Amino acid sequence: MSVSVRIPTILRTYTGGQAEVKAEGATLAEVIANLESNHAGISARVLDDTGKLRRFVNVYVNDDDVRFAEGLDTPTPDGAGVSIIPAVAGGC
Amino acid sequence: MATPTITEHDTTAPAAFGPAAALSCRECGERFPLGPVFACEICFGPLEVAYELPTGDPEALRRRIEAGPANIWRYAPLLPVPADVASKPNLNPGWTKLVKADNLARELGVTGGLHIKDDSGNPTHSFKDRVVAIALEAARTFGYTTLSCSSTGNLAGAVGAAAARAGLRSCVFIPHDLEAGKVVMAAVYGGELVGIEGTYDDVNRFCSELIGDPLGEGWGFVNVNLRPYYGEGSKTLAYEICEQLGWKLPDQIVVPIASGSQLTKIDKGLKELIALGLVEDKPYKIFGAQATGCSPVSAAYKAGHDVVRPVKPDTIAKSLAIGNPADGPYVLDIARRTGGAVEDVSDAEVVDAIKLLARTEGIFAETAGGVTVGVLRKLLSEGKLDPAAETVVLNTGDGLKTLDAVAPTTGLSATIRPNLDSFREAGLA
Repeated sequence: MSVSVRIPTILRTYTGGQAEVKAEGATLAEVIANLESNHAGISARVLDDTGKLRRFVNVYVNDDDVRFAEGLDTPTPDGAGVSIIPAVAGGC
Repeated sequence: MATPTITEHDTTAPAAFGPAAALSCRECGERFPLGPVFACEICFGPLEVAYELPTGDPEALRRRIEAGPANIWRYAPLLPVPADVASKPNLNPGWTKLVKADNLARELGVTGGLHIKDDSGNPTHSFKDRVVAIALEAARTFGYTTLSCSSTGNLAGAVGAAAARAGLRSCVFIPHDLEAGKVVMAAVYGGELVGIEGTYDDVNRFCSELIGDPLGEGWGFVNVNLRPYYGEGSKTLAYEICEQLGWKLPDQIVVPIASGSQLTKIDKGLKELIALGLVEDKPYKIFGAQATGCSPVSAAYKAGHDVVRPVKPDTIAKSLAIGNPADGPYVLDIARRTGGAVEDVSDAEVVDAIKLLARTEGIFAETAGGVTVGVLRKLLSEGKLDPAAETVVLNTGDGLKTLDAVAPTTGLSATIRPNLDSFREAGLA
């Protein structure tokens, strides 16, 4: 499964400044592992020491927040768009 | 997106940001130069402004503040703004009334003194003018030409008005189904107002993506890339409450929770006043208030969790309808540390509380004010809030913004013919 991953500004040092990269994987966990193989170090920014999504990271597969889906096990269909976004935005 | 470099920040920081020294990650403590960034590069945690606050005689500082303007700029020595901030074109918000609510206190059995901090008195009728004023100064410093935000309504109006006064362009984003009054109050200032098909959390996601795209170049999003500065505006609520109480900490404060930022900044402001010697140190309790239809922080508090599980909001209190509250975990920490609590009330209780406050004190609160007053009443009935302690409740917006909430249960007492007999028959004499 090939997906497009939107990279937030603070992680673009790992992608050579690219705002969007391609990755492979049938689930979000596989996509992140694939990202790591091509952009070393990025996984540790998104996942904590126990391998879970960091609490201030939001990840969307297409329009769905993975926390409302199956987390890292959320399926990533071919052609899906994955967005990694800092969670601290908004509100007051 | 093209943003100023760290070197540029360093050169602008000393004068432009007053006593602010750096941005600090609330999660891991990593420090960064003052710049238009909002999330930690290491752990994605929220960045907040760290200060080198004034030292010396507290009495001299107190006199300096008291001699300042009747708006938030009286506290400029404690804010990330230039010393000449009051001379720049902005809305000059703040110094709103602290109303001694004796009638409401009697009705609820509060004996220790009850006050409403009524922020409906701000230029665009909500507390948002405070935070936007600080963000506007940061936007000017970073050279942004468009002021923007994701908004549940109140912020959209505050940004539109502040941009108009400052001569900047504004383009703000709101959920497409907001209250009609809030749409008008945001659109009237002449900036762009864009409805997004989705919830506030969807709007927020959109803005977070826009900011990383060339389409958002030159844009200052007050609650995204300017968020560390913006949030500091809420400290002024704490400063004003204490000054208006006679430079004294209240015993208990009831604060609404949307993202939770306001509550955390009120706590930060109180701690700063203690550290500066401007108030006598004593315990205080901070209570958070949510509407049941969007109560992820209250649910986490009651379950004993230290993380907040996002929810899909469904409440009339739309200004608080943030299902994924960025500062939720810190609200939990503060409520527990100070001995407060987080509670929620139903939409029916919100409406009832709006009418209670209006009936007893002549203050017409928006739904967020109904949430805080409703939670005040609920906490008192549950024995979680001490009726003998001095208590401050926040009303963060004007009821004219959310007329729809109370319209179905509010209206004419009677319709009569224009003569005395008809009036007598109506039984209203």
